[in-house]
Amino acid sequence: MRSRVVPFWIGAAATVVLAGILSLGGANEYFYFAGYVVLQFVVLATAWNILGGYAGYVNFGTAAFFGIGAYTSVVLFKSLGAPLLVQMAAAAAVTGLLGFGTGLLTLRLRGIFYSIATVAVIFIAETLMINWRYVGGAAGLQLLRPSPMVPFETYTRMLFFVMAVLAVIAVSIARYIEISWIGRGLRALRDSEEAAECSGVPTLRLKLLACTVSGALMGMAGAPLPMYLSFLEPASSFSLNYSVVALAGAIIGGTANWIGPVLGAILLASMQQIVTVTISSEMNVLVVGVMLVVFVVAAPDGILGLIRKLRRPRAAPGSTS
Amino acid sequence: MIFSFQLLFEAIVFGILLGCFYAAVSIGLSLAFGLLDVPHVAHPAVLVLGAYCTYLLGSYGWDPILAGLALMPLFFLFGVAMYRFYYETFEKRGTDAGVRGLAFFFGVAFIIEVGLILAFGVDQRLVEADYIGKSFTFGEMRVPLRMLLAFGIALALAAALTLYLSKTFTGRAIKAVAQDEGALRLMGADPVRIKQWAFGIATGVTALAGALLIIIGPVEPMTDRIYIGRTFCVVVLAGLGSMTGTLAAGLILGISESIVLMHFGASWAPAVAFGLLLVVLGIRPQGLFGR
Repeated sequence: MRSRVVPFWIGAAATVVLAGILSLGGANEYFYFAGYVVLQFVVLATAWNILGGYAGYVNFGTAAFFGIGAYTSVVLFKSLGAPLLVQMAAAAAVTGLLGFGTGLLTLRLRGIFYSIATVAVIFIAETLMINWRYVGGAAGLQLLRPSPMVPFETYTRMLFFVMAVLAVIAVSIARYIEISWIGRGLRALRDSEEAAECSGVPTLRLKLLACTVSGALMGMAGAPLPMYLSFLEPASSFSLNYSVVALAGAIIGGTANWIGPVLGAILLASMQQIVTVTISSEMNVLVVGVMLVVFVVAAPDGILGLIRKLRRPRAAPGSTS
Repeated sequence: MIFSFQLLFEAIVFGILLGCFYAAVSIGLSLAFGLLDVPHVAHPAVLVLGAYCTYLLGSYGWDPILAGLALMPLFFLFGVAMYRFYYETFEKRGTDAGVRGLAFFFGVAFIIEVGLILAFGVDQRLVEADYIGKSFTFGEMRVPLRMLLAFGIALALAAALTLYLSKTFTGRAIKAVAQDEGALRLMGADPVRIKQWAFGIATGVTALAGALLIIIGPVEPMTDRIYIGRTFCVVVLAGLGSMTGTLAAGLILGISESIVLMHFGASWAPAVAFGLLLVVLGIRPQGLFGR
């Protein structure tokens, strides 16, 4: 395990440097616009996987955390003119707290009950925002972007870089959780919560931790959204589409390993961008739905599982890693 | 806000009618999820699909109720096929069916929703029939005939299913499979075939409920999202698998929603079902009439 640590951090640093060079270089502005969305889904899928993949609690409420993150930013920006990093930190705090709250629900709710409860959180949050005049109500709120920070030419480029850094942070956290005792505990409680508790795994503490970290990362992914769009309204920021793409990204990539959601989200979100531009935006949701169903049915271990099968074609069926 | 007894009374009457309608749209889920333990998140999408099929038949001049009844056998077969597929790919393999089964039905819901958008566009659709625009007047109150219709059909559905589950052989077998699958197998019955049959009935009933949905008001492809809250709220509040409980839970939801609607306005109404759902899940997940 120790020998893999150095390559990972080199890779992480290289990604950040590459993103920095890209955002200062002279690609087409659309590249940053689309790249931001892809990176955002990398963060969302990775965050989803911390709870859904390692602990086996299916969270349909990604949109709630994402949207509340975005609205936290708007409130701070409108009231104090807070800079982006402060907005993101505050969003992480608020949605982390919300994650802790949904974590408390896991005390009583498992399986589909937990999932349905998280859907409820989305719609309640959306209704609250629709009825809150200060943030624009149902009509939404137009925002004026401040000028970008020094080295960046445009605000979109800066956001692209910020999201790339956030993606690297999210993946590093997910990887740390996966290889540390936390991940082992989460996997144990996924297989059998009673058995894990009996063997001395602090299941509640681990679940709360996973819910909080996962929620905070989702909120941070949503925090730059108002600045990215220069506009925010409830229906699209709390859209269930965010939930399905985060979940599909993780499941298509493979939930067992931190690289799975990254691969899945990049594949899915790039395809969505291409389909949106070439065919239509309805079609891109269809692509997500169809790919999710196909993978869940035909390749339950995702792309990672397929790769593993290719490497070891004669492995006994049913033996996972 | 001025409190008025008359307004409250009207809200309650309207809520009772609305509540029966909510029970009707949830009864299929009560069978599929409540009795069979299938994480059928796609139920609201199937409901909206039923509404759109009714709309399609309606454009050929079919009466919506007749269309709903005619769709039932078709949806029955669709349900049988869907359960068969779910069983073969998830339940049979056993381990980890939870996460993947949920993801599967979530994906199916999205496919149905986008399929409807691609086929019909995002505009609202409605059906026409003689009885849809009319209303009765009791004293100072106006009650739309379509709500009374939904009320009647909901009661008939709940009564028919309760009778079916308690009096017929297959109905009892469905209840048995929900209680103890292993025991049923020992008695020589095939639990998979019974579940398949029951899931078919659940989906068939949903077709008629879909017809009601489009009679009550205009429908758009995204309508299923709000009904995730309403249907699951009713089923969970009822306690899994109880038909009379479904009716009672529908009434509770209908009355609460209609009171909120009249006193706080339409923009708060969607949160009622989800709020109630969250409260029930947090305090009493086994529901009011749990098995």
